[in-house]
Amino acid sequence: MKICIQGGRLIDPANGIDAVNDIYIAAGRVVGIGQAPEGFSPNRVIDARGLAVLPGLVDLSARLREPGFEHRATLESEMQAALAGGVTSLVLPPDTDPVLDEPGLVEMLKHRARQLNQSHVYPLGAMTVGLKGEVITEMAELTEAGCVAFSQADVPVTDTSVLLRAMQYARTFDYALWLRPEDPWLSREGVAASGAMASRLGLAGIPEQAETIALHTLFELQRVTGVRLHLCRISSAAGLELVRRARAEGLPVTCDVGAHHVHLTDVDIGYFDAHCRFSPPLRGQRDRDAIRAALADGTIDAICSDHTPVDEDDKLLPFGEAEPGASGLELLLSLALKWARDTQQPVSKAVARVTSEPARVLGNKVLASCGQLGVGALADLCIVDLDAHWTVSEQSLVSQGKHTPFLGMELPGKVRATMVAGHVAYEAAA
Amino acid sequence: MTPTPPSLDAEALYVRLREAVRDLMATLPAGRTHLVGIHSGGSWIAERLHRDLGLPEAPGKLDISFYRDDFARIGLHPQVKPSAITFDVDDKHLVLIDDVLYTGRTIRAAMNELFDYGRPASIKLAVLVDRGGRELPVAADFAAATIELPPGRNLVLSRNGESFKIDFETLPPQEPQHA
Amino acid sequence: MRNPQLNSNGELTHLLTVEGLPRDILTHILDTAESFVPLADREIKKVPLLRGKSVFNLFFENSTRTRTTFEIAAKRLSADVYNLNISASSASKGESLLDTINNLSAMQADLFVVRHASSGAPHLIARHVAPHVHVINAGDGRHAHPTQGLLDMYTIRHYKKDFSQLTVAIVGDILHSRVARSDIHALTTLGVPEVRAIGPLTLLPSGLEQMGVRVFTNMAEGLKGVDVIIMLRLQNERMRGALLPSAQEYFKHYGLTQEKLALAKPDAIVMHPGPMNRGVEIDSSVADGKQAVILNQVTFGIAVRMAVMSIVAGA
Repeated sequence: MKICIQGGRLIDPANGIDAVNDIYIAAGRVVGIGQAPEGFSPNRVIDARGLAVLPGLVDLSARLREPGFEHRATLESEMQAALAGGVTSLVLPPDTDPVLDEPGLVEMLKHRARQLNQSHVYPLGAMTVGLKGEVITEMAELTEAGCVAFSQADVPVTDTSVLLRAMQYARTFDYALWLRPEDPWLSREGVAASGAMASRLGLAGIPEQAETIALHTLFELQRVTGVRLHLCRISSAAGLELVRRARAEGLPVTCDVGAHHVHLTDVDIGYFDAHCRFSPPLRGQRDRDAIRAALADGTIDAICSDHTPVDEDDKLLPFGEAEPGASGLELLLSLALKWARDTQQPVSKAVARVTSEPARVLGNKVLASCGQLGVGALADLCIVDLDAHWTVSEQSLVSQGKHTPFLGMELPGKVRATMVAGHVAYEAAA
Repeated sequence: MTPTPPSLDAEALYVRLREAVRDLMATLPAGRTHLVGIHSGGSWIAERLHRDLGLPEAPGKLDISFYRDDFARIGLHPQVKPSAITFDVDDKHLVLIDDVLYTGRTIRAAMNELFDYGRPASIKLAVLVDRGGRELPVAADFAAATIELPPGRNLVLSRNGESFKIDFETLPPQEPQHA
Repeated sequence: MRNPQLNSNGELTHLLTVEGLPRDILTHILDTAESFVPLADREIKKVPLLRGKSVFNLFFENSTRTRTTFEIAAKRLSADVYNLNISASSASKGESLLDTINNLSAMQADLFVVRHASSGAPHLIARHVAPHVHVINAGDGRHAHPTQGLLDMYTIRHYKKDFSQLTVAIVGDILHSRVARSDIHALTTLGVPEVRAIGPLTLLPSGLEQMGVRVFTNMAEGLKGVDVIIMLRLQNERMRGALLPSAQEYFKHYGLTQEKLALAKPDAIVMHPGPMNRGVEIDSSVADGKQAVILNQVTFGIAVRMAVMSIVAGA
C-alpha cells in the first residue's frame, strides 16, 4: 500500500529533523521525505496538517502479563493499548509465569505477538533460570529464539559470584545485561522511600543506599568483565551521580527511568494512595529534579513506561500490601511531552528519549531502523496532536490495567493514528 | 397569657423569682433540699440565689448536652461543660432552675440526667420566664413572667457583673431550638 | 486534597490520625472528654448519646486492653457493641479487607473501630464506607494511634495545664511506634515548644527533625529539665531483629530509673501507653512511684474515647 502523509511536522531526532515534511511510504518502508519518489501515486493520503509525525515509540519496559497473568491483562488488550499510545516497539521483562528462561516460551510469545500483527515485541530473556539467581540460562539459545538482552526483572541477584559469571558469559557473546540496581537486603522490607514522608506515614523505608550500593557493585564487576550494562529504573540523585561518573570513565553503560518517576515524588502518596506504590519507590523532590536534569543532559538515555497492569484486588489494599506498579503504555508519550513542557526543553528532545535513544540502547544489530524515519526505515510511526489534551480515566484507557496515579488528570499530546510497517494499525475515534 | 412586652426587666423578675424560691424552700425539708441550675442561664441564676438566700450547699450544675433529643440531627454541641452534682441525689428534694421555659425538652433532658445520678424525692421547677410553645407536658411550679413569644424570636439572658439582662433576638430561619 | 477525616462542613467524621487536624478540633475533643470523666463516679455510668447505634470493634491485630477500653466507652454511650477478632476468621481465609467491611456494613454498622497491622488500612476503609458510617483508628501498623495520642494529651493537660511552656521527651522504639507518631503530632499541634525523641539510632526514624522533634541518643542529656516523660514499650521482637543486642544493654542506657528520672524537673510526670515491660524500659520503682500517672492514663482513655465516638457519630 502506498501512503502519503501530508503536511505534518516531522520530528525525527535521529536524523536531526524537526520541520513540516510530507512523508512517502511504500511496501512498509519510508521511501521519501519532503519529495515524492519518481512516479509515486499514493493509495491513501493522510492529512496531517497541524499534527506532528513521530517515529513509533520504543518502550524499554512493558509488561503484557502473558504468559501466566492473564487475569490482569492479555496480549490483545495490551498490544491495543500500545498502539493507542503510539508505541510500535516494546521490550518485555522476563518475569512472566513461567519465566522466559526457555527458548520454546520465547518462540511462543513472539509467535503470538506476530499473529496479532501489531507492534513489534522484543522479549528480554531471564539471566538466570527461573530468575532464581543461581544458574545462568542458555543465553545463546534464547538469543536465537529472539531475546534482545538478558535481565533479572525486579529480582535482585544476591550471590555476587553468580553475577560475575553471568557478566562474563554475556560478554563472551557480546550480549547486554539489563539490570535493576537494588540491594536485596536494604530493600527487603521497605515499601516506600526512606525519608520524612515514609516516617510520617509509618511505612517501612528503602534507603537510597539500596540503589547506590548495587550500582557500585555492578560497576566494579563491569570494570572487570567489560560487559554492556543497561541500568533499569534509576530512582535517586545519588544513583545518577554514580552513573555519570561511570560513563565519564568510559564504561559501556546506559540507563532508563520510569515515566512516573519523572513527575511524582513520595509526597504524592498523600493519604496512602496505593497508586503511588512503585518499585523502585518514588523518591523525594531532589531526586526528581536530578532525574529531570539527567534527562536533559543525556545521563538518562530513555524514558520507559514500565507498564505494569495491576488488577483491582491487588491495588485496593493497605499501601504496604498493595502490588507495586501502574499502567503506562498509553501515558508514555504524554508524560515525556509533559517533562519537556515543565522543564522548558525542546519537544524533539522528549521525542528522542522515547524513540531514537531507546532504539540506540537496544542496539543496531537487532533493529536496523527502529526509532527513526529516514529513507529506507521501516514505516513505524505515530501521528500526534501535540496541542491536544486528554483526561486519563478508566474509560479512556484501553489497557486492562486501569490503575495509574494520573487518573483524573489532563495530560498533553493525543495520538491520532499509529502505523506499524506501513500499515495503519490504530486510528483514534474522532 | 400576656402578649410580648417591648422589654423585660430581668432584675425585677429575678427578685420575684428569689422570693418565690425562698418561700418554696421553706416548705421543703432543710438539709435535704438542693438547687440545681441548668447550664448556662439557669446556673448563673442558681449561683446568685445560693448567695442571696445564704444556702449552705453549693447548687448542682447540669449540662444536658448528652441527654438532648436532637443528637442525630445536629450532633454534639460545640461547647460541652461538665455537669457537677456534688451531692447524693437519692431521696433529695431538688429545685431545678432555668432562665427560659419553652418547648419543655430541656427540662425533660435535665430530669433524665438527674435520674441517672439517683432517685430524687421530688423535683420542682422555677424559671425566670415561661414563653409558651410547650411541646411536652412540662410545667413550671413558678415563673416570674409568663409571656407569648412567636417561634422565630428568642430570649437571651446575659450577666453583667452581678446583674442580669434579658434581650430579645430574631433567629435566622431554620435554627433548631431545644428549650 | 481534602482531609479525609473531615466532612464537607469541616466536622470530624472519622478519626484516622492526629496529623493534619487543626488545634481547635483537638482541644474540642479534650474539652468534651472532660465532661465524660465525672461519669465514672456516678451510679449510672451511661449517657444515652449513642443509643441504638452499632459499634463494631474490628481488631485485625490482637489487643484485649485497647479493645476493652473502646468497648467500655461505647457501652457508656449506650451503644450496642460487637467485637470481631478478624485474626482468627475470614481474613485468614483470604477475604479482602474491603469485602469484610462491606459485609459488616450490610449489618448496619454505624461506627467501626479498627486496629490493623498495615499502615493506612483505616484510611482505605474510610474511603469506602457509606457517608453515615464513621471509622476510628485504634492503631494501624506504625502509622498512628490517635486516641492514645489524645489521651496522652489529656493526661498532660490534666497535670500540667499549659502546653505552651513544656518540654516533653518520648523515649524508646520510636521507629516502630504509632503511639510516638501520634504523640508527636498532637504535641506540636497543641503548641508544645520542645518535643524530644530519645533512643539508639537503630530505633529512630529518619525525618524526625522535619516533624519538629529534637533527637537525642544520650538519655541523660535528653531528660534534663523535661516536664513530661513518655516511655514507649520495647517489643521483644526488636531484640532478635539485629536492632538491639539485649534487654539488659537497652535497660542500662535507655531504661527509666530513679537516677535518670532525677535529671528531669522534680515535678515531672512519667507516662506509658502500656503494657509495661518492667526492667526493660522502666524500673518498677518508677512505674509504681508518685511521679507515674500511668493508671490515670487508662481512666482518661475511656473518657477520651467516649468523646471521640460522640463527636464523629454526630457529624
